[in-house]
Amino acid sequence: MSIRLEHIGKHFAGTRALEPVNLDIHEGELVGLLGPSGSGKTTLLRIIAGLENPDRSDSPTPARLLFGQRDVTHVHVRDRRIGFVFQDYALFRHMSVFNNVAFGLSVMPRRSRPSRGEIRARVLRLLEMVKLEHLADRYPAQLSGGQQQRVSLARALAVEPDVLLLDEPFGALDAKVRQDLRRWLRHLHEELNFTSVFVTHDQEEALELSDRVVVMSDGKIEQIDTPERLYRAPQNRFVFEFLGDVNHLEGDVQNGILTCGDARLAVDLPDGREELLLRPHEVRLAEQPETASHLPVTVTAVSPVGAEVRVELEADWLPGPWLATVRHADFERLNLHRGRRLFAHPRHWHRFADSAPAAPATGRAA
Amino acid sequence: MQRIGDSPGVRRLLIGAALVLTALFLLLPLVAIFAQAFAKGVSVFWENVSDAYTLHAIWLTLGIAALTIPICLVFGVALAWLITRFAFPGRRLLQTLIDIPFAISPVVAGLIYLLLYGRNGWVGTWLDAQDIQLMFAWPGILMVTVFVTCPFIARELIPLMQSQGSREEEAAVTLGAGGFTTFRRVTLPNIRWALLYGVILTNARAVGEFGAVSVVSGAIRGKTNTLPLNVQQLYQDYNTVGAFSSAALLALIALLTLAAKAGLEWRASRRETHP
Repeated sequence: MSIRLEHIGKHFAGTRALEPVNLDIHEGELVGLLGPSGSGKTTLLRIIAGLENPDRSDSPTPARLLFGQRDVTHVHVRDRRIGFVFQDYALFRHMSVFNNVAFGLSVMPRRSRPSRGEIRARVLRLLEMVKLEHLADRYPAQLSGGQQQRVSLARALAVEPDVLLLDEPFGALDAKVRQDLRRWLRHLHEELNFTSVFVTHDQEEALELSDRVVVMSDGKIEQIDTPERLYRAPQNRFVFEFLGDVNHLEGDVQNGILTCGDARLAVDLPDGREELLLRPHEVRLAEQPETASHLPVTVTAVSPVGAEVRVELEADWLPGPWLATVRHADFERLNLHRGRRLFAHPRHWHRFADSAPAAPATGRAA
Repeated sequence: MQRIGDSPGVRRLLIGAALVLTALFLLLPLVAIFAQAFAKGVSVFWENVSDAYTLHAIWLTLGIAALTIPICLVFGVALAWLITRFAFPGRRLLQTLIDIPFAISPVVAGLIYLLLYGRNGWVGTWLDAQDIQLMFAWPGILMVTVFVTCPFIARELIPLMQSQGSREEEAAVTLGAGGFTTFRRVTLPNIRWALLYGVILTNARAVGEFGAVSVVSGAIRGKTNTLPLNVQQLYQDYNTVGAFSSAALLALIALLTLAAKAGLEWRASRRETHP
């Protein structure tokens, strides 16, 4: 079931939580709403669910919410045929796992409600799917966070919803469990192919899980794109900064040279104040300066865990530390350790004109 | 290792003081009530208790309590629901207003009701014209009893419902449950112990209320005399054994209430460790 939002906005007690947005979610798509807290992503999700009402639009175009061809703008939550997974699971604490999953089926109107046996079979099938059939008689308080979240997912899927909405589904879980559940949700989505929207503040989660990501900040949609395009071609500075670690280089450009304290970098830019942004993997470290760049730095921390070595750099001319990732081979060759003085060479940098969402400029160091 | 403030001397002193005070102020009076009630033997006690006026007072008291509890139950749940599930201007004020019956002296409360609903009162004059008598009759007793007991249940529920939040109810609604089903199957089971606890407190207060009731009831024997009023009347008639017999009945109800309360608390603590 596709979802279509037209001019959906929301005010809470005079403050704007969500600017009127338009959004199309295709049938079978898994879409992530990504943003920092207070960006309006949860509000948007709750409006799709019907747990929150959108503002009545004062413009000639009314706020509309469509599931497929069905206009659900004024349809009550209970009649929208959605599944909602809450961040804190919201399991019914006085009901067993079995009864939690069976709840949606057992409250159906008598004429459409499946028989007891049928409910039982369906619940057991769902519990098997979330690998919890052996815990059917337990109570939520006796389960781990990851198990509770799987129960909550089975409960939401039991009523065969048209769309599945997840509010920070893995937010309260530890890293390992989160990774497992993510992979598992991805598989489940491929298998059952439901349309699904989830909220997260974790860029990695959004990029890994989603077919498309909606990046939000301050009640606005910043960019809607595939994870790949989002990372490679961010439309503005916010998206760039939110989707990964960023190093800042700010200075005055004169005659094609950017200066900042005793640091210099050749750039192909007109004169004036400039701020350049670099990803950690775009910083190369060397023992010598080059004609095009003279950026002396001191290593302040080294973390050799993972595929690459993460190095923290500081310098007098830098207001905040830089982060660089180097290959293990380079790590050994450069004899990296705390206190080592080196030179940074940008492989590549980005620059965003202040408010214009126009095409960002990027440059390549010689 | 000794903890701060846990020296043996201090501990013994505090425990000793607590025991002595409990004995002097709680246990001794309780024993005295029963001793006085049975001072002239069980048969005299029984005679006093089965006195027609006393019997009427017992039934009136229990009847008033039986009517008060459902009223307070509905009022308390509705109020707690309103305060914990909705945001509206004046919510804080309402939360403070709930405590008025606790803050006001019961006698004052009785007096207000008398002034409002009595024969010459603001509403009373109109009621009198309709030939409705509230004061100096059981409806008046019920009204003031509800007034002094209405905060108990709401006060028990509000902190609990606040801490539980409305997530489970939201989950129920997204699963297609209607309003009443959600209340019956999700909300009610989560608050049932607090609710029962509130009912016990309400009952204890409703049975024992003296001040407000004494102002509005008129204490007509066999008509509007409740058990606490009966104690006072008999005592003023120099029927000490009779007064203490009624008092012993009240004390017995109180003890049963306490036992029920302790039982619930024990159960609640057990549920916390073994859910």
